[in-house]
Amino acid sequence: MNNHFDVIVIGAGAAGLTAGIYLSRAKVSTLILNEGAVGGQMVLTHEIANYPGVENISGYELARIMKTQAQKFGCVIKSNLKITSMTLEEKTKKIEVNNKDIYTSNAVIIATGGKSRTIGAIGEDRFKGKGISYCATCDGDFFQDKEIIVVGGGNSALEEAVSLTKYASKVTVIHQFDHFQALQHYVEEAENNSKIDFIMESKIVEFIGDEKLTSVKIQNVDTQEITEKQIDGVFIFIGYVPNTENLEGIVELNQWKEIIVDKNMITNIPGVFAAGDSIQKKYRQVTTAVADGTVAALSASEYINEFKKELSLVNAV
Amino acid sequence: MLRTNLTHVLSKDDHAKLLQENENVMICCGRMGPMCIPVYESMEELENEYTNIKFADMEFDTQDAEVIRNLPECSSFRGLPFVVYYKNGKVVKATSSIQSRDQITEILDENFEKVSV
Ligand SMILES: Cc1cc2nc3c(=O)[nH]c(=O)nc-3n(C[C@H](O)[C@H](O)[C@H](O)COP(=O)(O)OP(=O)(O)OC[C@H]3O[C@@H](n4cnc5c(N)ncnc54)[C@H](O)[C@@H]3O)c2cc1C
Repeated sequence: MNNHFDVIVIGAGAAGLTAGIYLSRAKVSTLILNEGAVGGQMVLTHEIANYPGVENISGYELARIMKTQAQKFGCVIKSNLKITSMTLEEKTKKIEVNNKDIYTSNAVIIATGGKSRTIGAIGEDRFKGKGISYCATCDGDFFQDKEIIVVGGGNSALEEAVSLTKYASKVTVIHQFDHFQALQHYVEEAENNSKIDFIMESKIVEFIGDEKLTSVKIQNVDTQEITEKQIDGVFIFIGYVPNTENLEGIVELNQWKEIIVDKNMITNIPGVFAAGDSIQKKYRQVTTAVADGTVAALSASEYINEFKKELSLVNAV
Repeated sequence: MLRTNLTHVLSKDDHAKLLQENENVMICCGRMGPMCIPVYESMEELENEYTNIKFADMEFDTQDAEVIRNLPECSSFRGLPFVVYYKNGKVVKATSSIQSRDQITEILDENFEKVSV
């Protein structure tokens, strides 16, 4: 197989797949390299009801359609791999993946999105799936008539806390600040629910148990006092971090490690573009990721055309 | 039935037959949800690499899935999917919740020898 493409897109979420659709349709040879399952965060969403033109669809289904659409236009998609090294500064970009395959291209679009933030407390890894969950719709029913904790103070945390009261006998929301970041109606709904309690200005510092989670240590961030609480489950919704750790020192990032781009999705490196949740922006939605992916693809197309023109001039001399 | 390209285990009989006919088996018992789909996807890819392992799925919300749900190895599990690895009909490993392809590969390499085509 030829390992050189006009454009390599890193990430097959909404932004990357959209870029793949636009580029391949414009006959720009395109490879998408993706670390996890194709679809990114869309796959984590049970129901998407605000994607225009589709009244209601599961995230998995929307991702599957986008993938098929991109492949139909000739886009090559490789998923479940790991990028081990990247050279982006040169005219010819070079990317190596974990099976030692090397791919080259004239342009790269970074669409690596974001992932759930973890607490980083002792025992968090050990009790994942054994009391700790990041998905209420997936695991809520394991906690029928049980006591659980929801960590976080944003829209997702409070919305999920309310939805988890369908199963749990009691939900305690733990939040590190003295106020919530969520919109007022989510706060009111949670506050008006008799099954929900709040522990403010606190964080979990340790998860404890044997085979499964049985208790947590909670620290008051103000007084530093630590208390232990018996609990059956903990759901964590403390926001997302951009997947840009392997770009540090290569592409310009802001203080939150988001990629800095201009309005045409151009980064500080010629021939390198970025789109979706990994860039510096305020609203992270499927629609905005799709829009970014479109702009990045069109900008990359233009760059490739210029690049090819330049190359043919050089060859003609 | 789960919408995957894996072998579907639809009943307790299917489950017993699968274990009887195959030395090495990996079954992912879940739903079409966010924590499960990435595991099925990894299994579909690994199926071509590990020809000596039978990769299958089973719908979590069926009565017969108690053959997995009620395994002692899964008693502490509180997250989908429940993934069980069998050698000669015996459970050699079980995991709860999402696992990456790398994590799955590590388990396969630890418990079964790799025989590729
Ligand atoms: C639970 C949940 C519910 C949501 N609900 C909605 C909703 O209802 N409506 C809505 O509009 N939005 C919703 N969103 C937000 C929306 O899903 C995202 O804003 C959007 O999908 C982001 O798309 P993306 O392509 O930028 O990134 P992502 O979807 O994060 O995709 C990035 C891809 O890049 C891959 N990747 C990461 N790092 C690397 C690397 N180093 N190498 C290769 N690949 C890599 C990842 O595996 C992933 O596949 C929701 C998000 C979540 C988590």
